[in-house]
Amino acid sequence: MFVVERLTKTYADGTRALHEVSLSVEAGEILAVVGGSGCGKTTLLRLVAGLDRASSGAIAVDCEVLDGPHPAVGIVFQEPRLLPWLTVAGNAGFGLMDLPRAERDDRVADVLARVGLAEQAGRWPRDLSGGQQQRVAIARALVARPKVLLLDEPFSALDAFTRASLHEHLLALWEASRPTVVIVTHDVEEAVALADRVVVMRPRPGRVFETVTVRAGRPRDRLAPGFEKAKRRILNALDRSLKTPADRPQADAGGAELWW
Amino acid sequence: MNAPPVITAPVPAGLADEAGQPAPAAAGRRPAGWSGLWLGLVLPVAIALGWEMAIRTGLIQGRLMPAPSRILGTLWGLAVTGELWTHVQATLARVLAGFALGALAGTAMGALSGTSELMRRIMDPTLQALRSVPSIAWVPLFLLWLGIFEASKVALIAVGVFFPVYLGVAGAIEGIDRKLIEVGRVFRLGRFAMLRRVLLPAVLPSWILSLRAGLGLGFMFVVAAEFMGASEGLGYLLVDGQQMGRPDRILAAIIAFALLGKLADGVLVALTRPVLRWQDTARSRL
Repeated sequence: MFVVERLTKTYADGTRALHEVSLSVEAGEILAVVGGSGCGKTTLLRLVAGLDRASSGAIAVDCEVLDGPHPAVGIVFQEPRLLPWLTVAGNAGFGLMDLPRAERDDRVADVLARVGLAEQAGRWPRDLSGGQQQRVAIARALVARPKVLLLDEPFSALDAFTRASLHEHLLALWEASRPTVVIVTHDVEEAVALADRVVVMRPRPGRVFETVTVRAGRPRDRLAPGFEKAKRRILNALDRSLKTPADRPQADAGGAELWW
Repeated sequence: MNAPPVITAPVPAGLADEAGQPAPAAAGRRPAGWSGLWLGLVLPVAIALGWEMAIRTGLIQGRLMPAPSRILGTLWGLAVTGELWTHVQATLARVLAGFALGALAGTAMGALSGTSELMRRIMDPTLQALRSVPSIAWVPLFLLWLGIFEASKVALIAVGVFFPVYLGVAGAIEGIDRKLIEVGRVFRLGRFAMLRRVLLPAVLPSWILSLRAGLGLGFMFVVAAEFMGASEGLGYLLVDGQQMGRPDRILAAIIAFALLGKLADGVLVALTRPVLRWQDTARSRL
């Protein structure tokens, strides 16, 4: 289980990006985090990844409190962030340098096959499309076999077709090893298509406003009435989150459930 | 959770196409090669032919502006007697020694300045001020300090090489993309691993570019160095041509300088091309 307990982040200039955010995510669950600009979604992920330090609060994975980057947590950024001087295979295996060469090569070949890039192993990042680069980034995060995979708007720069393809691909990868996934997104449709629960955050300071549970099997039919209903429910929560006065406590952390 | 992921689902439609696509960037990437070399010769050959024609038709006097054929004849004569190679060897040895010293010092100081804010504040203002000092201003000082022989000449060239390398390395380190460093942090790289696997590769293109700039300045500074009482070297050949009233000798030395500088730069580019083949720039066309 992945737990965030009363996480607060206040920057040196006094700006409070997050205020006592608490989340509890079951092992193997996919949690989407949505919210308007400045509601601290990316800050939350950076704190969990250990890239920034929280002002207060705690983060734990399977009861182990995290204090900085940890092998149990992998992250895929908004942009692929591939190292241009490494080949596709070199990038995918970037986090495995402590392993013996043979084992590293096996794991890299395995993960590249899974993301459909086995043929591109020896190519440079410059030679890949945006979608392919992001798949290498996903491979790089997954090859280290993290318990928690963080995705920070990983598909936002891609066209709708590539994005939909990568959703299916991500779900296939998740299905295989079932890591806990926390995905930050601006795209409500993406959140409903992927997540078991959707956390709606509100800005200034960032805090949890409402949680919507999406109970539906996968793959999800985007044209089903339930899918639209879930989208409307989240959009409604987003709308209310932006209208709620900043000092009002979170409206509904317990969560509404949607079935179809 | 830690079991190796096994995917039984087929690759989603659309991804297979995408994966198999040849890279658009790679398709048009071709080294300049021989065609680039020949194209590069078009301008100097055209100038030489026009110049030659102008002198032969009496359009301009050839006494102070000798015809290219005469200059090439002088160059050939110097090469045949072996005099040219003695001068080339002397100049090259000085440039290489000065380049090695200047590049080493520039890299070390640039790395210090780029990685430490304190060191940058201490060193940078002084070095920036010294950078503005004309090369010729160092000559009397180096003659006093190091004498008239090789040491003063090599020191002057090293000064010329130092500044572009220092600036290139310091600037490259300061300009490293924070996002790439975060990738290293996510994978918990230690200081040495971060240096070896992220920082050094990231600054490599700028470092090599600064070495090329430094080498070019090395060839400029060697002329000033060889004015300091040298008895051999292409700079000496220039002075000798002026004192003897032989413009063909001066121009032959200038052409030799140009060829030597271009050759040295070409060797540096060829040596460094393999480590920069990942770059997504127009460098391969240069």
